[in-house]
Amino acid sequence: MFDIQHKSKGLVSHGVSACAGCGLELIMRNVMSVLGEDTVILIPPGCSALFSGYGNESGLKIAGFQGNLENTAACAAGVRAALNAQGNYHTTVLAFAGDGGTVDIGLQALSGVLERRDRIMYICYDNEAYMNTGIQGSSSTPFFASTTTTPSGKPTSRKNLMEIAIAHDIPYAATASIHNLNDFKKKLKKAMETDGPSLIHIQTPCPTGWRYDPGKSVELARLAVQTGSWILFEYEDGRVTINSKLKDLKPITDYIEIQGRFKHLTEEQKAELQDYTEKYYHRYIKKLENMNIETEEHATA
Amino acid sequence: MVFKMLDGNEAAVEAMKLARVQVISAYPITPQSSISEKLSDLVAAGELKAEYVRVESEHTALSVATTAGLTGVRAATATASNGLALMHEILSMTSGNRVPIVMPVVNRGVAAPWTLWCEHGDAMAQRDMGWLQFYCQNVQEVLDLTLLAYRVAEDERVLTPAMVCLDGFFLSHSMQKTQVPEQRLVDDFIGPYIRKNTYIDPDDPMFCCDLTGSDEFTEMRYQQKYAMDNSIDVIEEIENEFEIRFGRKLHIVEGYKTEDADVVLVALGSMCGTAKYVVDKMRQEGKKVGLAKVTVFRPFPVKQLKEVLKGKKVIGVFDRSAGLGGQGGPVWSETSALMMNENCDIRNYVGGLGGRDVTIDNIEKIYNELLEIKEGKRTVHTEWIDLKENPMELRQVTKNV
Repeated sequence: MFDIQHKSKGLVSHGVSACAGCGLELIMRNVMSVLGEDTVILIPPGCSALFSGYGNESGLKIAGFQGNLENTAACAAGVRAALNAQGNYHTTVLAFAGDGGTVDIGLQALSGVLERRDRIMYICYDNEAYMNTGIQGSSSTPFFASTTTTPSGKPTSRKNLMEIAIAHDIPYAATASIHNLNDFKKKLKKAMETDGPSLIHIQTPCPTGWRYDPGKSVELARLAVQTGSWILFEYEDGRVTINSKLKDLKPITDYIEIQGRFKHLTEEQKAELQDYTEKYYHRYIKKLENMNIETEEHATA
Repeated sequence: MVFKMLDGNEAAVEAMKLARVQVISAYPITPQSSISEKLSDLVAAGELKAEYVRVESEHTALSVATTAGLTGVRAATATASNGLALMHEILSMTSGNRVPIVMPVVNRGVAAPWTLWCEHGDAMAQRDMGWLQFYCQNVQEVLDLTLLAYRVAEDERVLTPAMVCLDGFFLSHSMQKTQVPEQRLVDDFIGPYIRKNTYIDPDDPMFCCDLTGSDEFTEMRYQQKYAMDNSIDVIEEIENEFEIRFGRKLHIVEGYKTEDADVVLVALGSMCGTAKYVVDKMRQEGKKVGLAKVTVFRPFPVKQLKEVLKGKKVIGVFDRSAGLGGQGGPVWSETSALMMNENCDIRNYVGGLGGRDVTIDNIEKIYNELLEIKEGKRTVHTEWIDLKENPMELRQVTKNV
């Protein structure tokens, strides 16, 4: 059906209208390279819709559909059910949505998919605000970050999507980061092979919204992990693997001082954010490790 | 051909089963609930080979059905009232992507005030969303119009989803003797689902529903308008085929004793049964009254209704929805626009809201008013025909205000 106009190497067109340094573009190209042609993608309006295309042109060579902002998971469930009804159990059905479309307005539909255990792969690329509409705050916007609707800094911390997925006892869920693409690709393969719902939550540096030098996207993603602001782990059949357990955390200022969205912070606020990030990191690592202890106790009992 | 005792919801299920729907996504809501239950029973018992997706909302129900339809299967859902209101955003996704879903809508008022019972306000609020709308008079029509709707909606000249509206409780929960056609006859009539034009298929990839600029949007909408315009002739054609195959005549607009009538009432839904009874009764008293039963409201049946109302000087229109803020209810507004160049007096009546029965007495009262208007004995009419005497006293707070 597609009339291919140029020979791009992968399944993503060479020219897409993402901003320079966009973390999402890197993610999309890697996702497509792992998942391959036998994939149907569901995309809501938002930054990822740049790949849906415009008019009669698309940025992707695979079958796809752009649904509404809040029903990406539901649209995926419909495709899955129809493929199953036609005896096709091999095609990967990929829901690909941002943080707003996932943890805010799309949470209900996602919960439905996770609870029913529909075989859908869900990727939430998290650029930590509504970037495509002009950098408005979402429930995934981190503590103190300035957006156009949290101009003096977000007064609350972010919603924890992984905890929500784990609460559904999802077969496979993982966080990822663009600074470690091998880790991301490994997780993509696992998610793709999961017989049931799988979720990958990947932090997506956004030079436009976070206000930093577009050349530093990968560096920022690394610093987010090194400062304990973004934790890499997997939840697999009830077992947790922490991929970024750090002995020492880098100071939070290494991460925030190169971003415009934290520029307004006073020294006291920086200290408060440092304290908050550290405490949250250690508490959360402990919590994840305790999950494994509980799983093991149950297995030996 | 066998007869079964079915209520309206069972008739809808029977039709969906006969149409061999392949994906079902349903969410329960009174008075639709037994449709979602019975479909799940059929799937669990292996009587219907389909994927049943037990969704968490009507919003998801229609989202699932729509993308399932795009992925090449006949997909089904059903709803009512607030559920239809929650689907509002998706109704446009379905029609704009030209996915020909047939959806029973069990008519119930939309809260607030909370009601569980019949009126057409839920479906009327969605009348411009690009769906065909059929309104059923009885249980047999629920079955017949649902079967018909599959053929019409999926016709390549139409490719437009359809609501089959049945009055909550008055039809959904009342048992009537219903002729149920044999499976092979329905197979011959409807046939397997064949995807057309746009689809989701990993083996033949295309991307559906991306951003469309102002240089093309108008034309995309026009394609939908064109399909709506086409559909009325397609309905007529397929109704004729339906009569040949199944022996029952369906009408886009049915003129009941309208030819020589002095006054005519336009109505839709189950109240048409009562209205026909009143027409017969009053004719025995020498009063020449008639009924125009509108079965297809979307597209609005311009030619057919005009034919029935031709030459009538006094016409009443009964809206089972309030049409708040309009000059009258939606059926009245459409009828008035239809007859704008005719020399006639069209009166708007509103009633039967929130489950209030449309009684013989009330319809008789309307006809008598219309006759008096015709004879020049009356100028005003009772717009809200079944309104109590003290409407403004209800829920009036008198303490601490």
